[in-house]
Amino acid sequence: MSEFLQYLITGLGVGCAFALIGSGLVVIYRVTRVVNFAQGAFAVIAAMTVSSLLGSGVPHGLAEALAVALAGLVGLLVGLTAIGKPGTSPQSALIVTLGAAVFAYAVEILIWGDQPRSFPGLPASVTVLGARVQSHYLLIIAASALVFLAMALLFARTDLGKALTAAAANPYAARIVGIDVRRMGLLSFVIGGALGGLAGVLVTPVQQVTFDGDVVLVVSGFAAAILGDLTRPAATLLGGLLLGVAQAMVAGYLSTSYQSEVALVLMLVVLIAQAARRPMIQEEPA
Amino acid sequence: MSDPVIEVEELTVRYGAAVALDAVSLDVRAGELVALIGPNGAGKSTLVNTLSGILSPASGRVTVTGRLAHVPEGRQMFGSLTVDDNLRLGAWRDRDRSTDRIYAILPELAPVRRRRAGLLSGGQQQMVALGRALMGRPRVLVIDEMSLGLAPLVVAGLATHLRALNAEEGLAVLLIEQNARLALELCSRAYVLEAGRLVAHGTAAELASSPAVVAAYLGGAA
Repeated sequence: MSEFLQYLITGLGVGCAFALIGSGLVVIYRVTRVVNFAQGAFAVIAAMTVSSLLGSGVPHGLAEALAVALAGLVGLLVGLTAIGKPGTSPQSALIVTLGAAVFAYAVEILIWGDQPRSFPGLPASVTVLGARVQSHYLLIIAASALVFLAMALLFARTDLGKALTAAAANPYAARIVGIDVRRMGLLSFVIGGALGGLAGVLVTPVQQVTFDGDVVLVVSGFAAAILGDLTRPAATLLGGLLLGVAQAMVAGYLSTSYQSEVALVLMLVVLIAQAARRPMIQEEPA
Repeated sequence: MSDPVIEVEELTVRYGAAVALDAVSLDVRAGELVALIGPNGAGKSTLVNTLSGILSPASGRVTVTGRLAHVPEGRQMFGSLTVDDNLRLGAWRDRDRSTDRIYAILPELAPVRRRRAGLLSGGQQQMVALGRALMGRPRVLVIDEMSLGLAPLVVAGLATHLRALNAEEGLAVLLIEQNARLALELCSRAYVLEAGRLVAHGTAAELASSPAVVAAYLGGAA
């Protein structure tokens, strides 16, 4: 029982990171209709940045905050290259983000080398109902819960959130009422960058990060987000948690080497189920 | 004669090599109801989109004095947002986004304020589009194909609101319509646009008795 509980909590912790990555994908997709393949890179860059900042004496908390802010800035740069030019189709922008993700490898290797990095999180462990878990997992869960709450409030309660939704739902009408659709798209990339960065910062103390670790993160985040059709944050949270727990259970009871296959299988199952429900290719009305 | 709120001088707009508007001149004065009628593809929507700054002119001048609000063709709802949210976004440029005034002007919207705009009937959506445009307290309203696809009774209701807004708040309206009968009933002056050129202009009464307009737009028998 305590073993199960341990896997459950660690699974939820890692699942939160997947959900954060996934919700970054969702925010960007909702506003711009672009699938951002550079989403995992935000996490890697932020994690590497924290390790450097801590190494040069910046205290915990500040280092993480700076890294998340940097990830937001990187998000803005990716956004500018992907959708900065008016009239770029989401399909072309998607390829640009793929290019940005590969370009990020080069930058990461130049700055941080190709070796895995990590940094300490919350040091102690706690006992939850008889199961010993690193308290850092609880920090991940608490921080993610706060961020998801803030995101829900942003989209459901503020005019800025409504304007972000409106820019995606009807760009023509958005322009008519004076919403700057391009600026909303760029803002969504900043938010997506910060969410990805937060995921990397939170998860790295319990999972080492390498320059190419973005693939696993983006695949897991995508698997989480696809559960909500890439547009629903709540379903993405659920998907992320489900995936994290499933991976932890597989790793705990079977073998750690099957972890990433879990994400791929889940994604396939969801995609096949969705394809069965409706035609695969849907043209957006002009 | 009062001051013009919209003044269009020798406006030419092109899509690539195609000329959508060819040296069009028209004006709308403060507190005036003016119609622009013409068939599909005459360039009416091109003119609207140029007035609201979405298209740029190849040559000529567009001068808008005071705030212009645009009620677009096809209502253009933010379908997943509520009626109230749609209205609030109408004042996106402003600090004050209170919607109470709109429910006082368009009481039909009050009972559906929490409904998703995408789920409303065409007539209700047209009302939301009108309310959204009024949120920015415009001096002139440009309404594109208001009656398209709506039942006559619904159109009559909308027209009543426009008359009241014009009479009580001095709101000027440029009504772009395929439904010439409605346009000539509601407005005091009208322009006729065909294939990108203005072919007629006069008071509503003059146009309603012009044989050419009657034959082309009012179903022959006047």
